[in-house]
Amino acid sequence: MKGARLYLDGVSVVFDGFRALNNLSLIVEPGELRAIIGPNGAGKTTMMDIITGKTRPTAGTVTFGERDLTKLDEATIANLGIGRKFQKPTVFDALTVFENLELALKAPRDPWSCLRWVLGQEARKKIEATLEEIGLAERAQDRAAILSHGQRQWLEIGMLLMQEPQLLLVDEPVAGMTDQETEHTAGLLRRIAGTRSVVVVEHDLEFVRALGEKVTVLCEGAVLSEGSIDHVQNDPRVIEVYLGR
Amino acid sequence: MSATISMGQRLRPGSATILRGILLAGLAILAMLPVLNRLPPESALYVSDFVVSVSGKWICYAILALAIDLAWGYAGILSLGHGAFFALGGYAIGMHLMRMIGPRGVYGHPVLPDFMVFLGYTELPWTWWGFSSFPFAFAMALVVPGLLAGVVGYLAFRSRITGVYLSIITQAMTYALMLAFFRNDMGFGGNNGFTDFKELLGMPLNTSGARALLFYAALIALGGALLLCAHLTRSKLGRVLVAVRDAESRVRFLGYDTVRVKLTVFVLSAMLAGLAGALYTPLVGIINPGEFSPGNSIEAVVWVAVGGRGTLVGALVGAFSVNAIKTWLTSFAPDLWLFVLGGLFVAVTLFLPRGIVGLLHKGDGK
Repeated sequence: MKGARLYLDGVSVVFDGFRALNNLSLIVEPGELRAIIGPNGAGKTTMMDIITGKTRPTAGTVTFGERDLTKLDEATIANLGIGRKFQKPTVFDALTVFENLELALKAPRDPWSCLRWVLGQEARKKIEATLEEIGLAERAQDRAAILSHGQRQWLEIGMLLMQEPQLLLVDEPVAGMTDQETEHTAGLLRRIAGTRSVVVVEHDLEFVRALGEKVTVLCEGAVLSEGSIDHVQNDPRVIEVYLGR
Repeated sequence: MSATISMGQRLRPGSATILRGILLAGLAILAMLPVLNRLPPESALYVSDFVVSVSGKWICYAILALAIDLAWGYAGILSLGHGAFFALGGYAIGMHLMRMIGPRGVYGHPVLPDFMVFLGYTELPWTWWGFSSFPFAFAMALVVPGLLAGVVGYLAFRSRITGVYLSIITQAMTYALMLAFFRNDMGFGGNNGFTDFKELLGMPLNTSGARALLFYAALIALGGALLLCAHLTRSKLGRVLVAVRDAESRVRFLGYDTVRVKLTVFVLSAMLAGLAGALYTPLVGIINPGEFSPGNSIEAVVWVAVGGRGTLVGALVGAFSVNAIKTWLTSFAPDLWLFVLGGLFVAVTLFLPRGIVGLLHKGDGK
């Protein structure tokens, strides 16, 4: 499954005079794993909001393949194949792990189809495969409410996978995780990329290093530096932003 | 799999069986009432006309409670205006019953109900066209509440109005309708509403036989409504509703059109409330604008809270138990009722957030 290319061109977002994004341009190629780092307020989350239709840009265009994302709503964008994992994991506490994945599984979304939905062999296999992938097979029948923080993050990544997205946006996946969990997550994201594009927003530089892919540094709503982790860590402008104040 | 009676609340294994037992026993006892009513009054098992008609009324209330639980307990739509859908259903059937009085009214007009003659109407207003047909009136009892819920719900959900704001809008809706129905020039009997019904489907009302038939109609409707809601809430749609209730924006990002999902359940819920009202009017023999009063809608929400929301069975338990307390209390201290109702709501919220049925809940902390 080769996805489409994500292209942000000259995107600006202004909230009450504050420029959250300032003429930001970015290309993510199909199958690419891209890490995005930057200090607080650099516009990382706003960028995700723009791509997923939560916020509209003040200027600029966002295209995914041929489609102009700035004119579509969240549900339509999600159904185009763009999945998003939020900073704060939001899984459905009242439902089991299995049911969470079942809801995310790519299937007709209208109420009538949901009412008549029957879990078939193929769907069950897909869900079980994802359960294995995210390491929650044992917890399938537990309510999501009783999962640990790390497990919730994985469940949410699993839910993204069930949507069979072409592009995955992952916001701070390892915040609050133990080292072991962080490692597991890096492995998971590396396995996922390749068949689909993955954009990871993260603070944790060690984690970004573990991903071992191209890094974009955002600062004040624009791209400050781009390249390998070693390249950006040695970029004097990046050093200044991270250490200079 | 853990024993689940619903997605809203998960119960201890075994509890679901207990609940189902209580439910079936309750429905069986209800089904016996009109039969026991036929026994000679000196028999120990004799049940008075009063008990039959009061329980018939409660059955209608239980359907209303189910409707509220579906919207509130599952989809998180706290409507404080469901009494309006109930009353509209009641008015639709009431209009048919008024037409069926025919020339037997006090003024003896062949077509116009008494209040229209009194108000100087010379012909039937267009709003009354078609109501001489029972199927039409019955359809309207479902369609009118459904349409109103569709319009109000669409506007509110599309603008992402949720929580307390939505509750206030629905409360305003029922209040506005109450004021409108109080007006004589609406053509719906104003203040007095409709009463003095004579017959339904050729069957004279006000006989114990008719009362028993209406009672069974309501009981069957309750069973049907329960099965419908159970089917819906156990389907994937039911799980989508729970997800919308707990994290609506997340559901949107999964690609579900949550406006459509909420609208579907809200309209369905309003139609169920309309059905409850349609069964209520012939049973109690009167419908008036008081049914639109905001207090009625709030009271119905309290039933569901007391019984335990998100369980369906809880809605029935709440409707019957709160109304039993009300009937008992108002027989000797009617002024106390509103205080008790308010106190009950506060107490349940503080000490029993999952309601009576929640006592059987699995203790897993959430």
